[in-house]
Amino acid sequence: MTVRVQEDDFDIGAEIAALTDGDTDIGAVVTFTGTVRGAAKGQPIIAMSLEHYPGMTERELERVEAEALERWPLSGSLIVHRHGDLKPGDNIVLVVTASAHRQAAFDAAQFLMDFLKTNAPFWKKETGREGQGEWVDARESDTDALDRWKR
Amino acid sequence: MASVKLLYFAWVREKVGHGDDTFELPEAVASVTDLIQWLRLQGPEYDAAFENESAIRVAINQEHVTHDALLAGAKEIAFFPPVTGG
Repeated sequence: MTVRVQEDDFDIGAEIAALTDGDTDIGAVVTFTGTVRGAAKGQPIIAMSLEHYPGMTERELERVEAEALERWPLSGSLIVHRHGDLKPGDNIVLVVTASAHRQAAFDAAQFLMDFLKTNAPFWKKETGREGQGEWVDARESDTDALDRWKR
Repeated sequence: MASVKLLYFAWVREKVGHGDDTFELPEAVASVTDLIQWLRLQGPEYDAAFENESAIRVAINQEHVTHDALLAGAKEIAFFPPVTGG
């Protein structure tokens, strides 16, 4: 069960291999990758920067991962979240979950993303063609997505 | 209370003009709401940053809290907009 917060890019294939290698209890691996889009509100995005709260980012991601492990039978999980300066098409976040069967892997991956979107202290700033930077607003749909996980 | 470190992120940091402060808070400042009201008096940049109080999220010792949270035991208090990671 791993959490990494880093500037560097990640290699999805290598991460899956590292997580699953040698563990033949695993029958299902689910991955989610978040990437930088090239446009927002109809305007092109030239660059995106991600600010974060060092220390609290790791803690929040570890906290949500611990909850996922408590709720689903996972053999392994990984969250990698980047910060710093990114361009359209770049990787932002990777979530990998592994389990004996697919239901747990799918549900846990969705749960991790839904919680990450509302709790992990990162803030995105998008730069448009004129060089103007704008902070991205949080979305109500992200907060609403948490409701499905209430127990 | 003992001196406490305040941290600001994203547009809160931009409006305040710097990323952190260390303050000795008066005894009467007991909750997050009290602290925001006290900060707004520290200068026009603080007043502008905290103008829309309901838009500000808070963490005490790196844990999310609501505005009615008490400051007792706080070593680090962070103020930021709703998060937009992922």
